[in-house]
Amino acid sequence: MGFIGETVDSIKSIKIRQLLTQAITLGMIVTSALIIWKALICVTGSESPVVVVLSESMEPGFQRGDILFLRMTKEPIRAGEIVVFSVDGREIPIVHRAIKVHERGDTKEVDVLTKGDNNDIDDIGLYAEGQLWLHRHHIMGRAVGFLPYVGWVTIIMTEKPIIKYILIGALGLLVITSKD
Amino acid sequence: MHSFGYRANALLTFAVTILAFICAIASFSDNFSNQTPSAQIQILNINWFQKQPHGNDEVSLTLNVTADLQSLFTWNTKQVFAFVAAEYETSKNALNQVSLWDAIIPEKEHAKFWIQISNKYRFIDQGHNLRGKDFNLTLHWHVMPKTGKMFADKIVMSGYRLPNAYR
Repeated sequence: MGFIGETVDSIKSIKIRQLLTQAITLGMIVTSALIIWKALICVTGSESPVVVVLSESMEPGFQRGDILFLRMTKEPIRAGEIVVFSVDGREIPIVHRAIKVHERGDTKEVDVLTKGDNNDIDDIGLYAEGQLWLHRHHIMGRAVGFLPYVGWVTIIMTEKPIIKYILIGALGLLVITSKD
Repeated sequence: MHSFGYRANALLTFAVTILAFICAIASFSDNFSNQTPSAQIQILNINWFQKQPHGNDEVSLTLNVTADLQSLFTWNTKQVFAFVAAEYETSKNALNQVSLWDAIIPEKEHAKFWIQISNKYRFIDQGHNLRGKDFNLTLHWHVMPKTGKMFADKIVMSGYRLPNAYR
């Protein structure tokens, strides 16, 4: 009885320790990913340093599934820059090019009109009701770099959430069943 | 350490790292290209020049744009986006940039061109300051790469002037 009791105890303790170690390792991985993301936000000055292109309005330059690297500096917005902006009432940010810029002499505030390269008309129809111009606070960043195709992972996971759950489940299973 | 899972994981990580590295190098190689673009813009005609009912001046122009942007294309270039903007200053605004025309140039062969167009986008001021206004016509280009950093530059051509009276 004593031996069995001891063995059971030792088995239980190993399991708990192993479980805790794996939980902490998982936590460390998730936390370091979060740290990297927040650091990117600081370095680039933009709330979302990387965005995925979701529509075809900037073709053939940017296709659906490409990712854009954004940066937001204090420099003024100028015509031709590809800006990412959000409109009050729409949650998905839009990536288009600034075609008109009017900068006030005294306050340095800007009025910006944008248009997608592949669209025939400018974006007035996309802005909020009665809004004719974008202002600096609408703009989240300027696109400075680009990688093709990498964003498809995000698009697939958003449009077919089943795949997201399968992926996370498989990863979880891999972590739990790995012995070392 | 030798299971299929571990090997697949190591292979995938290595492949992705190498791919990222190659993309970075491709983008970096763009810094070494020697770029000598040239352009000329001529205003052929001021079609009309009115003050619109909402109080803002509007101009319609016909332009002749000649440009050679072939030297901007590198092996890592996907397309060049070129546009002509009218740039001027008013008493209220320190800078106004109004894009008049743009084009997407997908290949080097199409980058040397001569085109006569009337303005694709409306040239409207914020206010009625355009009579007798001196302005610059700037040809901007944005090079969109196959991977990596995008870069942009421009040629400023000055000396254009709008008429003193509406017509």
